[in-house]
Amino acid sequence: MEIKNRKILDTDILIIGGGTAGCYAALTIAEQSDAKVIIAEKANIKRSGCLAAGVNAINAYIVEGRKPEDYVDYAKKDADGIVREDLLLTMSEGLNRVTEKMEKLGLVILKDENGKYVARGNRNIKINGENIKPLLASAVEVLPNVTILNRVAITDYLVKENRIYGAVGFSIENETAVEIRAKKVLCATGGASGLYRPNNPGFSRHKMWYPPFNTGAGYAMGIESGAEMTTFEMRFIALRCKDTIAPTGTIAQGVGAKQVNALGEVYETKYGLTTSQRVYGTVKENLLGHGPCYLRTEGISAEQDDSLKKAYLNMAPSQTLKWIEQGKNPSEQNVEIEGTEPYVVGGHTASGYWVDTRRESTIHGLYAAGDVAGGCPQKYVTGAMVEGEIAAKAMVEDLAKEKAASYEMTEEEKAFCDNRFEEKMKEYDKILTNQSGLYDTEQLEEAMQKVMDTYAGGISNHYQFNENQLNLAEEKIEKLKELSKGLGASNMHELMFVYELKNRLTVCETLIYHLRARKETRWHSFAENLDYPDKSDEWLKYVNTRKENGKIHVLFRELVKRGETYEHSY
Amino acid sequence: MSIAINQSKCVGCGRCSQVCPGTLIGMGSDGKACMLYPKDCWGCCSCIKECKADAIALYLGADMGGMGSKMSVASREQYLDWKIEKRDGTVETIVIDRKQSNQY
Repeated sequence: MEIKNRKILDTDILIIGGGTAGCYAALTIAEQSDAKVIIAEKANIKRSGCLAAGVNAINAYIVEGRKPEDYVDYAKKDADGIVREDLLLTMSEGLNRVTEKMEKLGLVILKDENGKYVARGNRNIKINGENIKPLLASAVEVLPNVTILNRVAITDYLVKENRIYGAVGFSIENETAVEIRAKKVLCATGGASGLYRPNNPGFSRHKMWYPPFNTGAGYAMGIESGAEMTTFEMRFIALRCKDTIAPTGTIAQGVGAKQVNALGEVYETKYGLTTSQRVYGTVKENLLGHGPCYLRTEGISAEQDDSLKKAYLNMAPSQTLKWIEQGKNPSEQNVEIEGTEPYVVGGHTASGYWVDTRRESTIHGLYAAGDVAGGCPQKYVTGAMVEGEIAAKAMVEDLAKEKAASYEMTEEEKAFCDNRFEEKMKEYDKILTNQSGLYDTEQLEEAMQKVMDTYAGGISNHYQFNENQLNLAEEKIEKLKELSKGLGASNMHELMFVYELKNRLTVCETLIYHLRARKETRWHSFAENLDYPDKSDEWLKYVNTRKENGKIHVLFRELVKRGETYEHSY
Repeated sequence: MSIAINQSKCVGCGRCSQVCPGTLIGMGSDGKACMLYPKDCWGCCSCIKECKADAIALYLGADMGGMGSKMSVASREQYLDWKIEKRDGTVETIVIDRKQSNQY
């Protein structure tokens, strides 16, 4: 097979990834301007991204009596100080605005008799979020200035002298390669799963917490184009229901279930209640021989059983299936819990693009929003939408300025884009015509996950690592990168798998640099460095990286604290 | 964890293939849907919600403790009717009112 067709498209704004942040950005752009938008989405925006199955609650909301600053404090505490307060505050200020918008689009939100949203704790409100993504997607699909390219996988940015001119990729449906020239580009591709060996490594390998289809493409394209990245070392590990990898927060908050060990002892208070401490406590109890660990649900009411089963159907149906299949409700059997494999995801921890408050990356004209953007943890669904909104407004503003200055892409810039497109098409053809390799994508993916699991703090090593192990991980990932150059594909779908693996290898490499650079253990489990088991105030700073001429450079930046704002100085 | 497609019920509309967030479902030469990559399913049930012919069901892999039950879902006005058929043929249903928010 070879590339048979080529398509060159021009647009004002290209959005890569039609998930939560990308779709919300498109809505905002259409409200604010008449700019032409293309959304390039490798699946179909109707259910793509993190919201495919739905979401059980809005977990980032400023409830009555609280203010955005309180949310910043919460996220800062959970990340033990390594956050960008400017980003967190601008995100927190928009949470209620986007929630109201989603309600207007049809999202069901629980209200009291006075018409006010019913809070679940300090930051959450109750919804029926099963159809949140179709609601958002439908609103985008009717926009006249937005063109949606479903089933188009983007592989590379078009970046010259630190300015972006668009991106290139291909259709996974037919042999068409696509060049999209754009004045502004928003990266909204999500975070990275599948870097480490997962909880269910065999048949159910994709029964994971984070979407297995979020392969770190946005991180990888940014890294290879020289964008600065931050805080990859703050990995995210979720505490989940065993086997189904379904959420535990719904049970813990919904019916007040405590974490208990096999002896029936409540252990969560021994280790602390931050997100990483809850995972760490479970790991420690297992190592002490007190496993397995559970959420204590025995004795809840029949009504609570029913509510739990319904809540899971609206976001993680396999858990309800498991309860029914086993013939035991949560009231009759505690729910066993475990930590997942580590992910890199900026919506929960602070990993991602180093951006300014307008969400522009260190590459001119390239913006980032949602899980791919760094410095702003605990953003969840609504925070991702706010970031989409902020980036959208910034892009519209910058387009207006350039229009006023009559800026147009020069012939030389267009020629650069077209030449790069030619190069990439040759690369696609090389992979599509190569059938002779010993190794296939699946085999290399398995090898990568084994390396990361063994040497970079995966499940089987209780999330722990030391520098010697990380050095080995780096060496082995480099070898796999080399092997990946010889991969072949027999159709366009397999071609996408090849690029997904390449993306993951690139993310792994940068992650290893970050894990090695932070010489302390600030977050148990998330970054458990056995060479430096304690935390130190010396490390109250960001670890950032930037790839230049094929080499990753580590740089440290001072914390951006309350009242301060970081802006790029180029 | 994956989906099972009942070939005798599939009407070949292609909606499941279009919506899958992993683009894992193809259309076979017989015009019917087929799961191309069973091990790559996330279990989100998007395809099952899209299917009007009740032809697709979710099941848990044996490595997740699955015991052969199949789960499907049908839309009816504002309701989602979830159906779990166990290996012994017994059926349990749960009705979700989409206008009601979650209790938790």
